[in-house]
Amino acid sequence: MPYISHTDQQRAQMLAEIGLKPEDLFSDIPPSLRCRPLNLPEGLSEQEVRSRLAAIASKNYIHLTCFLGGGFYDHFIPAAVYALTSRSEFYTAYTPYQPEVSQGTLQAIYEFQSVICRLTEMEASNASLYDGGTALYEAMMMALRLTRRNKVLVDDSVNPIYRVMLHSYTRNLKIELTETENAGGLANREAIRRALDEQTAAVIVQNPNFFGCIDDFTDLAEAAHSKGALLIVSCYPISLGILKAPGAMGADIVTGEGQSLGLPMSFGGPYLGFMATRKEYVRQMPGRIVGQTTDAQGRRGFVLTLQAREQHIRRDKATSNICSNEALCALTALVYLCLLGKEGLRETAQLCADKASYAYQRLTAIPGVRPHFPAQWFFNEMVLDLPCEAAEAAAKLIERGYAAGFPLSRYYKGMNNSLLIAVTEKRTKQEIGMLAEELEAIL
Amino acid sequence: MKLVFEKSAAGRRGLRIPKSDVPTSIHLKKEYLRAQPAALPELSELDVVRHFTELSRRNYGVDTNFYPLGSCTMKYNPKVCERIASYPGFAHLHPLLPQLRGGGMLTQGALEVLYETDLMLREICGMAAFTMQPMAGAHGELTGIMMMAAYHRDRGNHKTTVLVPDSAHGTNPASAAIAGYTVKTVPSDEHGCMSLSALKAMLNEETAGIMLTCPNTLGLFNPHVKEICELVHSVDGLAYYDGANLNAIVGKVRPGDLGFDIVHVNLHKTFATPHGGGGPGAGPVGVVEKLVDYLPVSVVVKREDGTYALEYNRPKSIGYIAPFYGNFGVILRAYVYLLMLGREGLERVAENAVLNANYIKEKLKPYYDLPHPGICKHECVLSAARQVKESGTYALDIAKALIDAGFHPPTMYFPTIVKESLMIEPTECESRETLDAFIEAMIAIAQKARTEPETLKAAPVTTPVGRLDETKAARELNIACL
Amino acid sequence: MIDPEARYLRTHEWAKEEGKGIFAVGLSSYALEQLGDIVYLELSEKGDTVEQGGTFGVVESVKAASDLYAPLGGEIVEVNHAVSDNPDMLKEDPYEEGWLVKIKASNPSEFEDLMDAKEYKQFLETEAE
Repeated sequence: MPYISHTDQQRAQMLAEIGLKPEDLFSDIPPSLRCRPLNLPEGLSEQEVRSRLAAIASKNYIHLTCFLGGGFYDHFIPAAVYALTSRSEFYTAYTPYQPEVSQGTLQAIYEFQSVICRLTEMEASNASLYDGGTALYEAMMMALRLTRRNKVLVDDSVNPIYRVMLHSYTRNLKIELTETENAGGLANREAIRRALDEQTAAVIVQNPNFFGCIDDFTDLAEAAHSKGALLIVSCYPISLGILKAPGAMGADIVTGEGQSLGLPMSFGGPYLGFMATRKEYVRQMPGRIVGQTTDAQGRRGFVLTLQAREQHIRRDKATSNICSNEALCALTALVYLCLLGKEGLRETAQLCADKASYAYQRLTAIPGVRPHFPAQWFFNEMVLDLPCEAAEAAAKLIERGYAAGFPLSRYYKGMNNSLLIAVTEKRTKQEIGMLAEELEAIL
Repeated sequence: MKLVFEKSAAGRRGLRIPKSDVPTSIHLKKEYLRAQPAALPELSELDVVRHFTELSRRNYGVDTNFYPLGSCTMKYNPKVCERIASYPGFAHLHPLLPQLRGGGMLTQGALEVLYETDLMLREICGMAAFTMQPMAGAHGELTGIMMMAAYHRDRGNHKTTVLVPDSAHGTNPASAAIAGYTVKTVPSDEHGCMSLSALKAMLNEETAGIMLTCPNTLGLFNPHVKEICELVHSVDGLAYYDGANLNAIVGKVRPGDLGFDIVHVNLHKTFATPHGGGGPGAGPVGVVEKLVDYLPVSVVVKREDGTYALEYNRPKSIGYIAPFYGNFGVILRAYVYLLMLGREGLERVAENAVLNANYIKEKLKPYYDLPHPGICKHECVLSAARQVKESGTYALDIAKALIDAGFHPPTMYFPTIVKESLMIEPTECESRETLDAFIEAMIAIAQKARTEPETLKAAPVTTPVGRLDETKAARELNIACL
Repeated sequence: MIDPEARYLRTHEWAKEEGKGIFAVGLSSYALEQLGDIVYLELSEKGDTVEQGGTFGVVESVKAASDLYAPLGGEIVEVNHAVSDNPDMLKEDPYEEGWLVKIKASNPSEFEDLMDAKEYKQFLETEAE
């Protein structure tokens, strides 16, 4: 039997030694509550299971050249990342509740918190949350607690999947969630200022936003603060290699999806939500936090701290119900950022921007292809308008081997011809040129 | 040990970034740029490898030795699951592909994995359908409670309260509270199970539902569990099964047969996916027929032609609780585990997990207090009350002494309804030899508590650091190296 | 140690009359012992109103966090910022310097609902069982 070591003889001996018969083990369960034998297949050998799963995997189209983004990107992952994170001392450990035998996980989380603070230019970070979407929801709840208010403004240039998540989560709560319509591709200043009032807990924006446009929210931070509201910024960590950090804009809570930091796309997860804030707000921050301390001999060590905020102690009064983090994914992001280092991340971000800029030039040179937001700067993702329906064009390009981008009509009215195209450092000049040729050919 | 930042040297590089092959070099508007690159450490690749290898050696995992952490089901994580999760056909799949026109056909393999895992979980739990989206057990609880709320809203019920037992995990009350419910706690009776009379007194028209872990956190199976579900149904409440302890009864009892309406399972417990040092996990949620319409968007369906598709048009759904389809990589590992075990293997899981827990319980009974004697399920809860009284040796001291004996400690001080509790969950994977070595260590510690308690107070001495000052950590609050 | 002048809640908050319907409120030394080292104390603000049994703050140690319950309802007229800045003070002098807030009672007769020192002592003895 796989993964069970007792022989039948050992089982019999063990039962005899504790004075039980085999049927005694479940004698506390009334027979009427026992189930019929399960209707499941016979077990497989490793050899069989590997060949079956290899066949299943081959049904997935992974050989498309990827210009698909939308918050989830095909970045290069150095070999050392997996070599280190696949050490079983890391991945077969539990939550570090016994710090003396968990210093590896704990120090790694402390270092992760530190790199997130350094990237976002914030003072405090938690040990991570499930993903970028739930991190944004937790940030909103945190702002509601901090301000004791009940209104939230979110611009529609924030990832539409995250916005629909915010609506789902708040359906049973007394929260007024209002969306503002972006102005020419950027967060709508005028609408946000108009809607901001004494009951507004937070303004939620994203940089670069879902359209790929870059913004500077310094003015919005001031506007929010002048009404006692907080500014929440969702961001794309690779872009922080060159872009102004949300902390430098005056953001109060910063969240984001950490998938781009060394995690494979893996059909949607596991990913990594990160969250950073000001030190004064740390007691309202959800999730685990690791702090530095010493032992009796003065040796430096790390422990989970501020646990009294958490569900296992505070129960129904906890800051969140979250009971885990994505520790292994946080470790992955940390290893990735250490390998790239200060210059490597900057160069990677610059490479993304340069290649995207080249793609923009090539693609907008095609007759009938135009930028949707010509006045805006973009990082590595752009909205282009095609002379035909974007969903149709994207489907045709799939047949030619390209995941050319994401048609925006699914989430934005009136953008039937708009295609959201992402370019990472992995895309070559040749691939970009081929995409341009294929696109021109199908139009 | 130094922090990674303390090993940094200006100008050192770990990775060569390719030269740009495009003619453009974009200069973004200065106000959009950061003044300085982010202060990441500067290290060589070998520096990074040595740093994290050293960190890994300061960790203890299931692969290191016995890890009897109660309530956590630290079973062996098969290597084949890791291997398959890294297949490029799964690892490199973009989650937005199915949202392209005709895109579902690009991800048939991944959808098949989700659909087939769903089918197996339905059969194991006796539910009508599952959502695979929740990314942890607590996330599953919140999803389940949101569906409970949607059900009551749909029926025009005005429900305000969710009941939980006093032995519940903290996530139960926390999940119900953040979903907007008031939480009331039902006390346990003298047998360690939920008191039926207290439950009857607390049930009323405002009861939205109950959340139960079964067997409970004392490792006890409540024989009245079906009656509890019926009582809750009598006020049109829903019964929620917290699957944290499913490993005890998998293949023997199905929550659906007991009358539960909503179930979450922890793939990282019962279905052997790695805990990862605290995540990622996965907490799929199953529901009975009357709740299927409320499952989150999207749901994987199998069409008549045998292909798989994602269904987005679900008007009664609670909406989106995750961006995509859940922690796919975790679900995939659990699927592989289930295929490997098959029906027969799965039945052996509970039998051996329960045998191992009872074996430990009986062998340690003479040396530690056992507040709830009798058959336990997958875990047993001992108490160090005797040791506290005799020599001032606390559960904490026993836990730390176990570290010096080479074992990970059991869960301590939970459940809170047992004083000085030590909650031991051996899982089905451990050999008799390992269990005997652990029992021997526990007996030796009980003896030491009498003869030389001071040595236990000093433990652990074999670890890179000794007991750490948690008060200092909370007061000084150094949580980042800036 | 139990202050004979004070009256108590089962959740270990005490109240002492200071005249003009104003009551000082704090935590008993028993509660402080049970909590261990306090790492954080958050108190309601001056001007807030609270009902009898309502919460006026949170006290947090490494392993526990408890809400603070008001022995009497009324308006919080003074807050002891010295203790919230330095929670160690609480243990040194829980019944004098370690008061937490002062409440102007909206119904001073609520004081009579509380346990007196003798009753509280008996209560603690049953708690210890």
